[in-house]
Amino acid sequence: MPSNSKPKLATLWLSGCSGCHMSLLDNDEALLDLAKNIQLVYGPLVDTKAFPENVDITLIEGAVANYEQAAFLKEVRKHSKILIALGDCAVTGNVPALRNTIKDSANAVLQRAFVENSDKQPLIPTDVPKLLRKVYPLHEVVKVDHYIPGCPPPAGNIAYVLTELLAGKIPIMENKSKYG
Amino acid sequence: MTTKTVSLKIDGHDISVQEGTSILEAAIENGIDIPHLCFLEGLTKTGACRLCLVELKGQAKLFASCSTPVSDGMEVITDSVKLKEYRKKTIQLLLSERTHVCSVCVANKNCELQALADKLGVDHVAYEREWTGEKVDSSHPFLVIDRNRCILCTRCVRVCDEVEGVHALDLKLRGKDSQIIVDFDDSWANSTSCTSCRKCAKVCPVGAIYVEGEPLSQTKDRNIANFVLSRRKK
Repeated sequence: MPSNSKPKLATLWLSGCSGCHMSLLDNDEALLDLAKNIQLVYGPLVDTKAFPENVDITLIEGAVANYEQAAFLKEVRKHSKILIALGDCAVTGNVPALRNTIKDSANAVLQRAFVENSDKQPLIPTDVPKLLRKVYPLHEVVKVDHYIPGCPPPAGNIAYVLTELLAGKIPIMENKSKYG
Repeated sequence: MTTKTVSLKIDGHDISVQEGTSILEAAIENGIDIPHLCFLEGLTKTGACRLCLVELKGQAKLFASCSTPVSDGMEVITDSVKLKEYRKKTIQLLLSERTHVCSVCVANKNCELQALADKLGVDHVAYEREWTGEKVDSSHPFLVIDRNRCILCTRCVRVCDEVEGVHALDLKLRGKDSQIIVDFDDSWANSTSCTSCRKCAKVCPVGAIYVEGEPLSQTKDRNIANFVLSRRKK
């Protein structure tokens, strides 16, 4: 099969720790089989600046914590046929969303990080993306087609979902979900 | 006195159990698995979690199998598309009510709610989540209560009252705002009735009550109520 007719795969890293991407890489030699069947067009593992059009499958790690991420996610949704929430941060909000338990958390976390915990020049930077009032899981911002929970999701589950989708099947998560 | 036996069908299997047995107990006795959270062998049944719902042939509504006694000729269905959907929704509602974050929870991998979510394939929560910020009470020398993880199954309240015989724990408020309280809503350190027996931590299905510094796999003991009560009979 010529490379340009293979399904396009993109990965995205929002508010997460990159552990889900590590778990994807943890598929080891199975990655070679995957690589034969897809072309990786965008993500932290690829040096492409703009999100391409007509992506077949987009895997997204991390929760939505700021306005920039929310706007980008909406763009990505427009250009992705299948959008997958990868890992607990994308699925539930997880650790980034723990700030939702605090009042006025967008200001409180900046205050904590840049003022209270700073021993020199306490100052909240003005050039970081503006934080949302709350941290959201992906499906509270855009339509999500499939979910792979886990912190991180087991490598095998990521491979399972991708393999099923590439074969035109719908992955079934019964007895497979792995929160935490 | 002889006890009457009752014959019924569960998922097509013919089963005979003692009169007064609940559908869930009859199923467990016969190796049929019905998901449940608030039910625990030895404690009274409350029907609080609604996970053990089953269908009865000829009846439109669903029944909580833990608190519905068996009757002659009953035909029970424990697994159907409809029940699966209801159970998944129930798990999602439980997860949406409080701050359940498995990755930073003491009960991670030792949690009955997490295990059921995984088993039933609850891969996300469709409802907007409440992010409760209740203060954790760690005033007791070793027992900790984090109400943000509580699912209000009341196993702790029942084991404290019915097995330990103390009733140091109870509920306040209503609905999703309900909270487990110690004595008259005091901090645990000030409790004059708590005997520090740890039974509440042993039966908690999630990570709401735990023993500080002890792995939950070591603390948890689903059989504690049954064990104590069986010794008492002898």
